[in-house]
Amino acid sequence: MPLGHWFASKRNNKASLNPESVNQKLTDGDFERLWIQCYNCSERFPKKDIQENRMVCSACGYHFRINSWERIHQITDSFEELNASLRPKDPLNFTDTAPYAERIEKTEAKTNLKEAVITGIGKISDTKFALAVMDFSYMGGSMGSVVGEKITRLIETALEENLSLIIFSSSGGARMQEGTYSLMQMVKTGAALAKLHEAGLLYISVLTEPTFGGVTASYGTLGDIIIAEEGARIGFAGRRVIEQTIRQKLPADFQTANYLLKYGQVDMVVQRQQLKESLYRLIQLHQKSLTLAGPVSSRQL
Amino acid sequence: MTQPLFEPFDFEKPIYTIQEKIEELMRISEETGVDFQSEIDKLSARAEAFRMNVYKNLQPKEKVQIARHPQRPSAIEVIRQLSPQTWFELHGDRAGQDDQAVVGGIIEFLDRPVMVVGTQKGRGMKENLVHNFGMPNPEGYRKAMRLFSHANKFGMPIVTLIDTPGAYPGIAAEQHGIGIAIAHNIREMARLRVPIVSIVLGEGCSGGALGIGVANEIYMLEHALYTVISPEGCASILWRSPEYAAQAAESLKITAQDLFAFEMIEGIIPEPLGGAHYDPQMTIESVRSSLLSSLTTLTQLSPEELVEQRYQKFRKIGAFEESVLTR
Repeated sequence: MPLGHWFASKRNNKASLNPESVNQKLTDGDFERLWIQCYNCSERFPKKDIQENRMVCSACGYHFRINSWERIHQITDSFEELNASLRPKDPLNFTDTAPYAERIEKTEAKTNLKEAVITGIGKISDTKFALAVMDFSYMGGSMGSVVGEKITRLIETALEENLSLIIFSSSGGARMQEGTYSLMQMVKTGAALAKLHEAGLLYISVLTEPTFGGVTASYGTLGDIIIAEEGARIGFAGRRVIEQTIRQKLPADFQTANYLLKYGQVDMVVQRQQLKESLYRLIQLHQKSLTLAGPVSSRQL
Repeated sequence: MTQPLFEPFDFEKPIYTIQEKIEELMRISEETGVDFQSEIDKLSARAEAFRMNVYKNLQPKEKVQIARHPQRPSAIEVIRQLSPQTWFELHGDRAGQDDQAVVGGIIEFLDRPVMVVGTQKGRGMKENLVHNFGMPNPEGYRKAMRLFSHANKFGMPIVTLIDTPGAYPGIAAEQHGIGIAIAHNIREMARLRVPIVSIVLGEGCSGGALGIGVANEIYMLEHALYTVISPEGCASILWRSPEYAAQAAESLKITAQDLFAFEMIEGIIPEPLGGAHYDPQMTIESVRSSLLSSLTTLTQLSPEELVEQRYQKFRKIGAFEESVLTR
């Protein structure tokens, strides 16, 4: 359940509290609201305890999927959102089993989000950085025009204000309902990152559960440092597509964070509890080096 | 013409049925000495009108079939015809592999050396195994990037020829970073200081196409397609069955005409009636003339102008709403 829902249901719950209902037995619905079961070890916990533990199972360390605002809350001390008003359009007038325009309305109502990424300026202690956090609950974190545009504008802001960039990816890939408009966002964001690269600014890409397709094949993997969050599954092609193509069973750990680490595709696998500290330290180290060595223009890229 | 040159597609079959009738009449006429000429003329006129009508009103799913026709001109055929004298094929990623799904090398065009890199589909099983059905592995994208860097170093314009069902979905591809290889090519192609022209010959599928597709100008053959995902893949995800591929092909707006309308490509290269496979040579001559005018213009630009023009071309792509009240 997304956090927004949880809050909403909590509010509803409070409103309906009266002396009679207090003494009633817990229904299944109440149980679900207050308790959470780990998908991995099946242990049950009061939801509050898991939330206090950054949505990580205190028994087995399983990382629950979290939404974008929860993530921002976890890794920043303060955050100022940019380009918040961007909303998707339906350039192809696309309809599959339901019209895309309808899906947009429903998703917005359900998630209380305008798109699958939130961008802005984050701060840890006195260190500012450009931050984008994708949200899988908005149409599977798919990358359409808005995601591409917001990421690109954020990169441009990082360039203007000389900031490090952090992008948390979580995406099933390009948004098919926007056809080639979504495909070309891979180039738009990639080309903007070329400018960031030439300017010698640091980009840390954090790949979280799950990151696939067009995001993996563009900004997701263009970080100077690539971090995979513990437990994330990351890849280009989906598991089912690969199985159907090669007609073999895939290893159980295929496309997991540690599998990618083993094959040299990411720099490190980091637990959620350590993420904020790691990001802060990495930015500090790179800024220190740039201060000592001078800007990148004095060296060749 | 007695036999169709190719196994006709379903939508072409009526054309051949009328053709057969005409031939039948001609045969009877010859055998019996009875003059059927006026009937034959009438039927021929009808056949021609019908043929024009079919080919001028191709549905997206029919274009998909044409774009995938095994006899469609491949990258290597285009290369050989564009530059019959000079073709130095260059091989390998310098890291252990020579992915044959990507071919590339130096040709002479417009009186100057030009680097050509393309995805190559094979004809028949044997060739297709060599070229992996035109589906590159990471090594193919790294080979392409090596050739692009070479071109950049020596100031050669780059032409890329796109015809791929997509990057290869395999175990080793994932282990070796297929996503990273494509992403890296996108970023580095954006930085190249030489003209880049991409031509979509057949299928331009997804990130697999973009890995060699970040160009100053993009042209598509008349029946080529450019798409975020194959219609079959899209159908199995959104409609939960590949049977809806025709509908997906329609909805995704993948034709050259669609992309031209979206201002994502600079031009459409005409094909002979029925598709490039009916006359590959003529098709490649059309490719030549588009390349001539494109490269003539682009070679006038400075390296800085080329990089900026390429950036702006992709920067402006996107459809969204924005309220002016917030930043």
